[in-house]
Amino acid sequence: MIELQGLTKRYGDKTAVDHLTFTVRPGVVTGFLGPNGAGKSTTMRMLLGLDNPTSGDVRIDGKHYAQLSEPLKYIGALLDAKAIHGGRTAYNHLLCMAQSNRIPRHRVDEVLETVGLSAVAKKRSKGFSLGMGQRLGIAGALLGDPEILMFDEPVNGLDPEGIHWIRNLMKGLAAQGRTVFVSSHLMSEMALTADHLIVIGRGRLMADTSMSDFIEKNSRSFVRLRTPQQERFKDVMSRAGHTVVETGDGAFEIADSDAAALGELAAQHQLVLHELSPQRASLEEAFMQLTAESVEYHAGGQMGSAPAGGPGAPVPAGMGAPGAPAAPSPYGASPYGPSPYTPGQGAPQGQPGWQGQGAQGWPQQPGQGGQAGAPPAPPAPPAGQEWGAQWRDNSKKKGR
Amino acid sequence: MAATSAVLQSEWTKIRSVRSTVWTLALAFLVTLALGAIICAVFNSQWSSMSDSDKATFDPTNTSFFGMTLGQLALIVFGVLVISSEYSTGMIRTSLAAVPQRGHFYASKVLVAGLLALVVGMVTSFLTFFLGQALLGSHHASIGDPGVFRAVFGAGLYMTLIVLFCVGTAAMLRSPMLGLGILMPFFFLVSPILTAVPKVKSVARYFPDQAGQKIMQVVPDSDSHTSYGPWGGIGIMAIWVAVVLIGGYAVLKRRDA
Repeated sequence: MIELQGLTKRYGDKTAVDHLTFTVRPGVVTGFLGPNGAGKSTTMRMLLGLDNPTSGDVRIDGKHYAQLSEPLKYIGALLDAKAIHGGRTAYNHLLCMAQSNRIPRHRVDEVLETVGLSAVAKKRSKGFSLGMGQRLGIAGALLGDPEILMFDEPVNGLDPEGIHWIRNLMKGLAAQGRTVFVSSHLMSEMALTADHLIVIGRGRLMADTSMSDFIEKNSRSFVRLRTPQQERFKDVMSRAGHTVVETGDGAFEIADSDAAALGELAAQHQLVLHELSPQRASLEEAFMQLTAESVEYHAGGQMGSAPAGGPGAPVPAGMGAPGAPAAPSPYGASPYGPSPYTPGQGAPQGQPGWQGQGAQGWPQQPGQGGQAGAPPAPPAPPAGQEWGAQWRDNSKKKGR
Repeated sequence: MAATSAVLQSEWTKIRSVRSTVWTLALAFLVTLALGAIICAVFNSQWSSMSDSDKATFDPTNTSFFGMTLGQLALIVFGVLVISSEYSTGMIRTSLAAVPQRGHFYASKVLVAGLLALVVGMVTSFLTFFLGQALLGSHHASIGDPGVFRAVFGAGLYMTLIVLFCVGTAAMLRSPMLGLGILMPFFFLVSPILTAVPKVKSVARYFPDQAGQKIMQVVPDSDSHTSYGPWGGIGIMAIWVAVVLIGGYAVLKRRDA
């Protein structure tokens, strides 16, 4: 059990980790997800007592890390793969770790066997590939047979076989009732391994949810259509009660609809369709939308049209999202004008959670707010901003 | 608290399992021994051409430790690498995750490095002395002569303290480049040069190496001073060492790893 309580880390005026509060429970794999620079590694370092928190508290089974005697028997951690002296052999690296915690020597051979490094045990680790270094780091984490395991980006540098191996290893460890806490910036990876999900962006908690909930809420299905008769198409669909969203590249999206029914409707009105395809948004997309405004290093601002704010801003920037009616004050000046959508409505107050968010946030939801026919829809993917705004609403309600 | 013996054992495994330990200490031993031997042989063969005053102040014990000036550079590398390689490789995170009680970790590392340096230093100083005296022929000093044993034992202590001084400094600087870049020129150039400059030398003689080297002299040299004696000198050096070791601990304790 790992408990974080208001954990905060500042470097000068830059906040790397901002009041993180969550619990990592035993028996499941908990995924710790966030874009690069979100504060995952800093959080993990504070957990291990390597970095001192600016404020807040993190405890392992109720104790601070420095209070643990022989901590490798409680918690095994893989931080960056190369936290290893390259001039030392794999065996000696593990041996010096084992000796410091009075772990019997035979465990060194056992974990080397487990990670498949027995053949190179007597080789200096500077000659190791990234994947081998990663395996050696994992061997170190397993050394004390700990109840809690923590892996920072474990699949980095592993080949497909290695990735498969680490997935099974983590699931196996959790199945034995251990606490497994694993960070990643890849949603797809988390979807395959994690049972529970903690998402952070810019050091802030964005979601704390079970994986199945996340998938259920975010596997948005919609139908993509293309037609040369755009105006008539919109009229027809609106009259039938569908909310049509323009995607900006000349196509339309209608959420939660049956492709066959839409095709028949178009045929009845003799509309020419160039495309009619059922789609499912990927989890990766949902994750990107969730963290869009919190991404530290943009490739070029394609993640939504909202401007990125300074890291020290008390409320995340990117306020241009629709959502003015539901979230007045700081978001008032929306470039899109008042929007009928009400993100955050019905969201639980306090701890952000996916529970109870429902699908109200999605602009494609027909009947939301009682309007049909696409109102002044933003040209960029509205969903992204919608989600971003939703979480910002929550974090604002938390009183930060 | 992790058991003290366990952490010491772990630090011993660490120090013995990297190559730099072997080659720096072997180099320190060989350079000190070989250079001392060569100088002693040269003095022996040139004895007849030396002036009377030179003969009067000739210090056979100190002469055999001539190689220490170069040999200590390898000890500096050893002392710096013992701690700063933890930082340069990232091993420090693994080490502190295994032993989160930082004082405990640091004390064990200092103790293991210090004991190893003491053993190597004593072996080096005694072997260097006996080889050098053998090569000096009739001009040799004997270990039983007044002050000689103190000088030879002191040479071993000096080598140990040089290593510990570098461990403490490197713990403060946390980088091998920085540690070597500052300590090598300081001990090889800055300190000897400043000791030769008038006025400045009255300050420079309190530098750790200058103070510590006093213990190796048996016959006072021409420009000798009496501001401190041999044990006073090594005491001054020990104070320097204590200060930088405490500084290193303060940095390790406070800063993020």
